[in-house]
Amino acid sequence: MDLLRISTAGSVDDGKSTLIGRLLYDNNALTKEQEELIEKKTAEKGLQDLDFSVITDGLIAEREQGITIDVAHIYFSTQDRKFIIADSPGHVEYTRNMVTGASNAEASIILIDARKGLLEQSYRHYFISQLLRLHTVVFCVNKMDLVNYDEDVFLKIAAEVKQMTAQFEHSTPEIQIIPISSLKGDNVVFPSGETSWYQGPTLNEVLHEISSKKEDEKPFRFEVQNVLHVQNEEFVDFRGYAGKVASGSIKKGDEVVVLPSGNKSTVKEIRKYDRTFDEANAGESIVLSLNDDIDASRGTVFSLPDEAPSSDKTLDATLVWLNEQKGVFGGRYQLQASSRTVQAKLQQIHYVVPPEKPSLKVDASELKLNDISRVSFKLAQPLFVDAYANNKANGAFIVIDTQTNNTVAVGFVE
Amino acid sequence: MSVQKHLQTLEEESIYIIREVAAQFQKPVLLFSGGKDSITMAHLAKKAFYPAKIPFPFLHIDTGHNFPETIEFRDKLMDELGVELIVRYVQDSIDQNKVKEETGKYASRNSLQTVTLLDAIEELGYDACLGGARRDEEKSRAKERIFSVRDDFGQWDAKMQRPELFQILNGKINFGENVRAFPISNWTEEDVWNYIEREELELPSIYFAHERKMVKRDGSYLAHSSYLNLVESDEIVDKIVRFRTVGDMTCTAAVPSTADTIESVIRENKASKSSERGARIDDKRSESALELRKKGGYF
Ligand SMILES: Nc1nc2c(ncn2[C@@H]2O[C@H](COP(=O)(O)OP(=O)(O)OP(=O)(O)O)[C@@H](O)[C@H]2O)c(=O)[nH]1
Ligand SMILES: [Mg+2]
Repeated sequence: MDLLRISTAGSVDDGKSTLIGRLLYDNNALTKEQEELIEKKTAEKGLQDLDFSVITDGLIAEREQGITIDVAHIYFSTQDRKFIIADSPGHVEYTRNMVTGASNAEASIILIDARKGLLEQSYRHYFISQLLRLHTVVFCVNKMDLVNYDEDVFLKIAAEVKQMTAQFEHSTPEIQIIPISSLKGDNVVFPSGETSWYQGPTLNEVLHEISSKKEDEKPFRFEVQNVLHVQNEEFVDFRGYAGKVASGSIKKGDEVVVLPSGNKSTVKEIRKYDRTFDEANAGESIVLSLNDDIDASRGTVFSLPDEAPSSDKTLDATLVWLNEQKGVFGGRYQLQASSRTVQAKLQQIHYVVPPEKPSLKVDASELKLNDISRVSFKLAQPLFVDAYANNKANGAFIVIDTQTNNTVAVGFVE
Repeated sequence: MSVQKHLQTLEEESIYIIREVAAQFQKPVLLFSGGKDSITMAHLAKKAFYPAKIPFPFLHIDTGHNFPETIEFRDKLMDELGVELIVRYVQDSIDQNKVKEETGKYASRNSLQTVTLLDAIEELGYDACLGGARRDEEKSRAKERIFSVRDDFGQWDAKMQRPELFQILNGKINFGENVRAFPISNWTEEDVWNYIEREELELPSIYFAHERKMVKRDGSYLAHSSYLNLVESDEIVDKIVRFRTVGDMTCTAAVPSTADTIESVIRENKASKSSERGARIDDKRSESALELRKKGGYF
């Protein structure tokens, strides 16, 4: 049974939360308590169709306003697959929460209201999926019941979608477009009796077919989270580096270079709890020991000598600004990539890109909430990152405001 | 990907988070309730730092209404792990007139815990509390970040949560704030049980079917104890039950069950359409009970 992480996206009220509720309901994956809640709320509101959004809209404010504010993480499994779904808000004010949900996803479902077609948020959310380099994006043209399941409406929106996705240099490898009604259940889990003109798969089929893609060979990256010193009968002068293999793999005996010092040593031991291993791969949390006593502490990066990450003190990146407090040219921030933190100055704002027209480059002197921009930072120390396009696991960082300590932007290394 | 591989992925992620907490904060603590999620957390913490010792103490907020089995179990486990256990008592908060014992049929000390917890955090100066909450437990929990920043009143502001991107955890806080960190956020109840089976973890006996004197009330079974305020309509019965979740004795309902091994518990949970939280009377007080308690500083 494999695991797929997906997130929802699209404009406010397009039906994302309703869709997730429907998906679980038709997969018979709701608990008794959830089913009772749906029935109770539906009756209270005097609705004809079941109100599925109550499953994911778990906050008082969300229920009051009838919108999603923050991401809900929903866990469910079918015979063949486990899913973690991040149901994200469509509201423009809460785009930061949509990015939060999408950043850990392998696939995104973008909803479009059949009556409205593509809206600003549809463009923005696709842009973000594109920046994240998600392997699969499924566009669901929702509320088909409100346009009499009209094929022409669907085809027109499908054409708009194709036009949008074609604007990007690196298009998403896998794109699907499906006509659905979340409320009535058409083409979500069960094929619709109303869309005989559509021969494609249901959303559920698509979600089961997406291959949770194995990443290609990546360079070895390991970062020290904690240094473990132990002195007892069993472990004499033990010094190990606890951390996660971000990408690639490492074998016992391999030579590694340790950054920033540039010192080299060989791997003496790869440990997980009370067992040792000959090899460790991406994603594993290990304790690594070296044959030489060299200087390494939290934030130190290990790589193979011939494929070390960039040690530039200038960092070019695409940023998505996530805070009301504007980003300013010349501003000082902290950048954090995994466990590493460096001081940085926003040295240049090259341009801002409007989501509807990614080829446009608009001059800007400040960064506003939700702005997508190309920038350069000057770094106090190198961050040892890779280009996001080459190595996702070591190519993203967050921008932290030094006064509020808030996470104000996410960056993708160019 | 097999069940084992899935568990492995979850374990790697949780260990990464626990290590981040140890590194990013001056004075972290692990909140230990004695339940299966706490026990899983304790085990993960042990694995994260081995061969070194767990670098933070454990804190138990004792409501005084615990199942005796869990306290016995707790003390044994602390000895085995060699960690320092700090206990703070809700009874003390009551004696100091900081909180008032609830009265009536549904009286429970569960929500009183918050005050004792916040006082302990302030007194001992903790800047991070590791907790075993999971997102699949309840709808407001589903909204929680891995690192959840709380102000000095412990309040959770659901509308103002920090973005949390990829696995980059921002633990920077202002003076007076603290972080609640949830390393097993992405585990489900089923995952926890599968992990307990895989790692051969011991659990307090109340998780397995046993005969007990129970109080049947509103269709649920509550453990009979001197802490429970009995009312006329309550029915006292001997029943074979197990607990799916363990909280205060007064607000945790049992399920009738004959499952007396990890395996049979897993099987039975899978077949059941109910969630474990369905057994928490404190959540049933109102639709938003847990969110409201969290806003007030509860875990
Ligand atoms: N007729 C019809 N109505 C729908 C459909 N899907 C959703 N709706 C309705 O659209 C409204 C908004 O649905 P939600 O699921 O809350 O929308 P959302 O996309 O999650 O909204 P945000 O999360 O706030 O962005 C509700 O009143 C739904 O009942 C559909 O397929 N057909
Ligand atoms: Mg929604």
